[in-house]
Amino acid sequence: MNYLLRGIGVLAMVGTVSLLAFSLPSGEAHGDGGEDVLPRLAHKNWQQECASCHLAYSPTLLPRASWRRLMNGLDQHFGENASLDPATQADILRFLEANAADSGNSRMGNKVMQRMGAKKAPLRITETQWFVHEHDEVPRAVWSRKSVGSAANCAACHRQAEQGMFNEHDIKIPK
Amino acid sequence: MIKRVFKIGLAALGMVSVAAWGADTPASLMAHYAQAAGVPVSALSATRGAALYRTEHPGRNGQNINCASCHTTSPKQPGQTRVGKRIEPLAPAANPERFTDAAKVEKWFRRNCQDVLQRECSAQEKGDFIAWLSQVK
Repeated sequence: MNYLLRGIGVLAMVGTVSLLAFSLPSGEAHGDGGEDVLPRLAHKNWQQECASCHLAYSPTLLPRASWRRLMNGLDQHFGENASLDPATQADILRFLEANAADSGNSRMGNKVMQRMGAKKAPLRITETQWFVHEHDEVPRAVWSRKSVGSAANCAACHRQAEQGMFNEHDIKIPK
Repeated sequence: MIKRVFKIGLAALGMVSVAAWGADTPASLMAHYAQAAGVPVSALSATRGAALYRTEHPGRNGQNINCASCHTTSPKQPGQTRVGKRIEPLAPAANPERFTDAAKVEKWFRRNCQDVLQRECSAQEKGDFIAWLSQVK
């Protein structure tokens, strides 16, 4: 009897601990690599929710005001309904704001802000002067290739975009 | 004694948390939606579910859209979002994770019914939809 109880206790313990590990907010690892490396960030809801439809775009690429506008209009998210429950929405916005381009957390953010007009809050990363400048050598026709789809599809050319790597050497523009 | 109570408590906690985590199944969701619609589960229709999936509706840019626009004509195949991200297959036969999380199911019905039908889906429609997908072999 005692052994049985002990067995159940251990099982329950393992179950509870592993569940806790899954449900606790994940830590945010900071650190800015090289010139083209985005800070490595981890946040469960950001990765799970944003990345179910597209790459989880780095918060470092837009200022706080942009993220606020974007997260408050999820029911009309570039023509699609991407609405979330209020708790998840607030949790993701907190993370985006804490790591936004103007949060002073990363070199990449500083670069984005250097080219950002005062009080500008674009909704699209592709509308930032930083993005336009970085991609000024890409011919217009490339963006509309079927293999690319649109400029929202970073990973079409930046093969390691999912890992936050945007190094020029990793770029391969598909036919 | 205290130790024993503690162990039993932990055991109970473990079981409750396991039950709250991914406990839903296509069958339990069908039962839930049938009840919400006020009909028996046997009144859910796979045929109507398939029609819901295939019927086209006017979308943006004057092009017609339906579920297949992103999920492809076969729910056993992976689909693609508008920006090219893979969507795992909808049919549980091809993707056992489908319809195992009620909150996730509700989230996607809410979003996608609004996008495709310009309105929310009824409980009956949701039940029909799962009834069809869960019998896709």
